[in-house]
Amino acid sequence: MDLWLKIGSALLLIAMLAVIWPRARHMLANSPKGSSDDWRSFVFVIAAVALFILLLIQLV
Amino acid sequence: MDQNPNVLAQQRESALATNSVIRNTYLLLSMTLLFSAVTAGVSMALQMPAMTYLVSIGVAFVLIWFVLPKHANKASGLAVVFGITGLLGFSLGPILNMYLALPNGSQVIATALGGTGAIFLALSFYALSTKRDFSFLGGFLFTGFVVILLAALANIFLAIPALSLTISAAVIMIMSGFILYDTSRMINGGETNYIMATVGLYMSIFNIFINLLHILGIAGGDD
Repeated sequence: MDLWLKIGSALLLIAMLAVIWPRARHMLANSPKGSSDDWRSFVFVIAAVALFILLLIQLV
Repeated sequence: MDQNPNVLAQQRESALATNSVIRNTYLLLSMTLLFSAVTAGVSMALQMPAMTYLVSIGVAFVLIWFVLPKHANKASGLAVVFGITGLLGFSLGPILNMYLALPNGSQVIATALGGTGAIFLALSFYALSTKRDFSFLGGFLFTGFVVILLAALANIFLAIPALSLTISAAVIMIMSGFILYDTSRMINGGETNYIMATVGLYMSIFNIFINLLHILGIAGGDD
């Protein structure tokens, strides 16, 4: 990767971190807690997405 | 069962408002995706240099962070959304040209595009049909995103291919979570502004596409 592209990417990521970090802290402190059933359904959906990506990898 | 007519009227009003937000969001999202496709095509035809990606994304983020919040409740917000999505589409030109130069590049791009569409439609359908409240994911998703940004920042200089692949996979998982989270917020009244909802969903789709393209590109043998 070109040096200027690396520096530009790093600056962009640092700016993103500066903007997102306060929101992440707020969300972590104030988000409602999910039940084990809520988390199970989320993990099931994400696992399905992961399997689908593995299928796509087989296709290319 | 006897219910207060005022409560019933309020519930009906709330349901209508929610349906209106969902309908307007998907309508605006489909228009912005089409517009992005057009600007991506223009960027490809013009053979824009690699730096275009960074500059366009940088300007788009300035619009998202500093301009959009001031215009989200006005008609001018629509112009800002098209500006953001147009720039993000334009940023894709150099990347798509790079993949098209590969032997199976067009297949990789088509698979990434179809895969992104399928993931978005399936997750949206799941969130809309179950009406489950995914607001509990907020802290996890934002913290996960911060960790990914830190890892991506480190990998700019470390340039470890395995870490790059892991970051792409993690971004797809986190953005999939954001699709559930954002859709659930629309259904449950957490997001009442269709312009903000559109930008949130668009960013998830954009990130899934870019990272799926990266993973499939590596799987297809571009590295």
